[in-house]
This record gives sequence, C-alpha cells and structure tokens, in this order.
Amino acid sequence: MTFRLTNTAKTYPDGTRALLSTKLTVKNGEIVSLLGPSGCGKTTLLRIIAGLETPDLGSDIWFDEDNVTSLPVERRNVGMVFQSYALFPNMSVRANIGYGLKMQKLSKPEIETRVSEVLEMCQLQKFSARAVNALSGGQRQRVALARAIAPRPRLLLLDEPLSALDASLRESLRDELAVLLREFNITAIFVTHDQDEAMAIADRVAVMSNGRIVQSGTPEELYRHPNSAFVAGFVGNAMRLDGKCTGSVLTLEGGGLRLPGEGSGNNVFVRAEDVRIDDNGSLCGQVETITFLGTHYRIGIKGITPNLLTSIFAGQSAPKVGQSVKVAIKPEALILLPAGEI
Amino acid sequence: MIKSKTKILQLTVTLTACAFLFVPIILSVLAGVTANYFQGISSGFTLKWVFRVWELYADSIFLSMRLAFSCLIMTLIIGLPAAYGLARNPGWLSRLLEEFISLPLAVPGLALALALLQLYGSMKGFRTSWTFILVGHVLYTMPFMVRSILAVLASIDLKTLEEGAATLGASPWQRFRDIVVPNAMPGILAGALTVVTLSIGEFNLTWMLHTPYLKTLPVGLADSYASMRLEVASAYTLVFFVLIVPLLMAMQWASARAQRISQ
Ligand SMILES: Nc1ncnc2c1ncn2[C@@H]1O[C@H](COP(=O)(O)OP(=O)(O)OP(=O)(O)O)[C@@H](O)[C@H]1O
Ligand SMILES: [Mg+2]
Repeated sequence: MTFRLTNTAKTYPDGTRALLSTKLTVKNGEIVSLLGPSGCGKTTLLRIIAGLETPDLGSDIWFDEDNVTSLPVERRNVGMVFQSYALFPNMSVRANIGYGLKMQKLSKPEIETRVSEVLEMCQLQKFSARAVNALSGGQRQRVALARAIAPRPRLLLLDEPLSALDASLRESLRDELAVLLREFNITAIFVTHDQDEAMAIADRVAVMSNGRIVQSGTPEELYRHPNSAFVAGFVGNAMRLDGKCTGSVLTLEGGGLRLPGEGSGNNVFVRAEDVRIDDNGSLCGQVETITFLGTHYRIGIKGITPNLLTSIFAGQSAPKVGQSVKVAIKPEALILLPAGEI
Repeated sequence: MIKSKTKILQLTVTLTACAFLFVPIILSVLAGVTANYFQGISSGFTLKWVFRVWELYADSIFLSMRLAFSCLIMTLIIGLPAAYGLARNPGWLSRLLEEFISLPLAVPGLALALALLQLYGSMKGFRTSWTFILVGHVLYTMPFMVRSILAVLASIDLKTLEEGAATLGASPWQRFRDIVVPNAMPGILAGALTVVTLSIGEFNLTWMLHTPYLKTLPVGLADSYASMRLEVASAYTLVFFVLIVPLLMAMQWASARAQRISQ
C-alpha cells in the first residue's frame, strides 16, 4: 500500500505543538523509520497515522486512494506494535494473535490456520498456549508483532518496538525484526531514537526534530549528505570544526585544513572515523582521553577545536594520555553545511 | 523449645478468639433446635422452630434474596460503566465524582434513609414497594462496587490495551466486552461479594425504609427477637446462617479464582 500524508500537524489541547505541518510518503512495501531525539513528535506522528490521535484541521492522510483522515482507528486496518506491547493479559498467546482475525469475522478454522502460520513465522509455536504474563521480554515482543501482522494490515506501525529490551537482546532482535519485516513484505513505519536501529531496519529514514521531518533518505544518503547540522550530528555523530574559513582553507586552533570547496559562509563537520592520527597531519593536538572499545580506541584530542575532537584509532598501540599527536583529515571527508541554520 | 512455646501461645490466642466469636453463635443456633430453651438441651432437639420461622418469615427470606440480587444487578449496570468512565478519564473532576459516589460510606444509613423518605415519602406507590428499599440498598452498596472495580482498572494500563484492541479492529463496545470486563473481573467479583453480603445483612437503612409487609431478613430477625419466643428467634439466626454462609463461601471462592486467573 502506498501511504501519503500531507499538511499534517498536531496541537495538543494544552497548546503543545507536537507536530508541525508535515509531509510524508511511504511507497508500497517500503520500511520507513522515524528517527529523532526524545520529545520530537515521533509517537505523535505515528499515533496520527494509526488514528489514535486526531490531527489538526487541514491535515490529510491517504492509504492508496482512500482518504482515511476521519476514519476511526478500528476501521483503518493498521497493525500496531506498542512500546509496552499492550498484550491482553486476559488471553493466551494464541488468543492474542487471533483477536484481530476474530474482529474480521473470519471462521474458526480459518483463524486457527492463520494463527498457526504466524506463530510459526515468529517461532512462537512452543508458547501458543501460554499466558502472556509467562513470557520473556523478547517473546512478548514477538507476540506483539505476530498479533499486529496476523490480520494482514495495510500498514504496520511500530513504536520503539525494541526499547523495552536490554541492550544485548535488542541487538539480536533488531536483525531478526529486519528479516521478519521483509519476509512479511509489508509497508511499515517504525519509530526509534536509536540511529543504529533505524539504519539496520529501514529502507529509508526520516529524521525528525522539534515536530518536523528535517530530512528523509536512505541511511547512506543521510550519513554522507546530511542537509543540516542537526542531521549531521544526530546521524553518525558528526563534530563541528569551529574555525575561520578563508577561501578553501579552514584555520583551527591546532592548524590549517584544506577544504573540498569554498568555505566561507559554511560550517564544517567531520566524523570521528575520518579523524586520523597521522605523523604527516597538518593539525596538532594533545591526547586527553582514551577509551578502549575492543575493536578500536576512541581518543579525545584537545587543542584543535574548542571542544574535544574525537578520533577512532584502529591501530594496536594507542598513544598515551598527554602525548602530543598530529592529526590528518582528508578534504573529501569534510561536510560543508551552510552556516546560519541550526 | 522457645519456638514451640510461641507456637502454643499463638494457637491459644487464635483458638480463644475463635471461641469468643463462635460460642455465642453456636449457643444461639442450639437454642433454635431445642424443644424448650428454659429446660435446656435435656428437653430434646426439634426442627419445629425452624419450620415455624419458615412459615412466619419465608417472605422475608425471598424479599432479601430478591433485593440482594436486584441490588447486585443495579450496582453492576451503573457501577461498571461508572468505574470505567472514572478510570479512563482521570483528573480532578473524576476524583470529585468518586468522592461523591463514596458519600454514602460516610453518611449513616439512618440519615440516608431519612433523606430518601423526605424526598420520596409522598409517592405512595413507590414508598410501599420493595423497589424503595432497593434504591436505598443500591445507594448504600454502590461505592463498594465502584471502588473495587476502580482499584483493579487503575492497576492496569487500560488505555493502551484498548488502543491495542482498536488497532486490531475492535469497536468501542467490543473493546469494553473483550478487554475491559475480563480484566476488571477480579474487581467485579470482589465488589459483587461485598454488595450481596451488605444487602442481605443491611439493617439500619432498611429498618427505616421498610413497611409492615416488607421485612427483609435482618428486619425480620429484629421483629422475631422483639415479638416471638426465644426459640423462634434463635431458629431464625440458624436460617440466616444457613442462607448466607454458603453464599459467602461461593463468592469468596469465585473471587479468589478470578484473582488467580488475572495474575
Ligand atoms: N497528550 C499530550 N498532551 C500534551 N502534550 C503532549 C501529549 N503527548 C505528547 N505531548 C508532547 O508532545 C511532544 C511530542 O511527544 P511525542 O510523544 O510524540 O515524542 P516522541 O518523539 O515520541 O518522544 P520519545 O522518544 O520520548 O517517545 C512532547 O513535547 C510531549 O511532551
Ligand atoms: Mg515516543
């Protein structure tokens, strides 16, 4: 199903403008992630799409050729996975998954077959007769997903489906979820504040900030060509190089850098993995912090920018704290963004 | 040694307390089946008095049953949606309403009855019908039903559960039936237990509202104490217990079961 939303905004009764006029299109079978910091309006947007929240006047939501803006939630045929899963404690796993099918008035045997099918896809056969309270967090997450997809919704919505799990489980379920969603071949919108999660699962990521979508694109596009300082910082943690641009040279506290183009009027950003400790580097700084992360070190260097400049160091022997180091950054690794906008 | 001593002490205290509660009841019940109370047990046992109670007060028994059952139905019909509404719309207005519903807890039954009499006393048909007592009982038991359901509903994330059901295609009525009621069941059962027991045992308010032709069990009990032989009054107590104890046990069992299921 193609999903389209135009001019959609939400002002809560207390005056909070949680969502400013927003446009979003999701192609058939596409998995889109809404990524943004806490409080930026992701859940609000998702709930408007589901029909759980009424958008401001003038908003328009289309499922294919149907305008569903004023359709109540129970008639929109969307599947939703809630952050807290919202499994029905008065029903078994099987009954939870079958509930949506029962609401569609399918026959008993038909419901049985469909539920069994979904149970198998989500590897939940063993737990089908259990009470939902007797499941682990990961199993509950899968039941919530199974319940949402069993009625074959036109659109699947997921609100931070992994955030209630602990870190190690989250990582393994993240990849599992990415595979499952593609297996279902379903159009899905998926909310998260974790960029790794968004990149691992989504075909396209829409970055949100302060109630609006600031940029949307494939994970690579966002990473390589952010259109604002916010996106550069939020996706891949780009650091700003605070200095003075003259022509195509940037002068920092710790030395000069060649820019890929005309620098004046631009802010310059770089990512930690592009900051290399190199004896032939043009920048000079002093090691302030070292963090060992197994496969690499993260090194904080002072004296180059007003804040610490972080470098990813993959070599065997890291420099010591206090040691002076030379730093090189390739011009093509620098991201230039027009100054003025935040 | 010390442990067993404290155990014995505990046991003694428990047994004493039980004896304190049960001995008067047993004596009273025994009096109801002795042929002549003043001659004591030696006069022999008889069921005469029990039958006599049945002859005299069968109406009271049926009236009380009917009242308790109707009261339960009314408190469910009004109390369940009320508790649901209060649980779904928390805020100062809901808290105020809850306090308002709970007022009959604080107002003495007599005062409540007096207010009802002042308001409806002149409506003759209503005043002399059993539904007049029913109104009193419903008012008096409603807070127990509402609060007991509200306590259960407040402990679950009802809003999200309902939203979950809504995304699966459930209409508001289906959500109420499939999600709200089953999850509120422990509270409903506990509330029902309280309502039925209170309605059957209620005296103050009922005594004020009753007419000579409308005596409930406790009112009949008072009447028999005042105007009958002691044996009849005692047999009445026996009948009262036979009726109410199995009821209490059944509902206790039901609510314990519901609680287990809900966990
Ligand atoms: N019912 C409400 N009434 C008033 N304001 C609300 C309501 N719900 C959310 N908000 C506000 O709207 C803004 C967006 O909230 P929303 O829940 O959409 O954020 P979010 O991006 O999902 O954040 P998180 O990552 O923390 O879940 C926040 O400032 C929040 O305080
Ligand atoms: Mg949220």
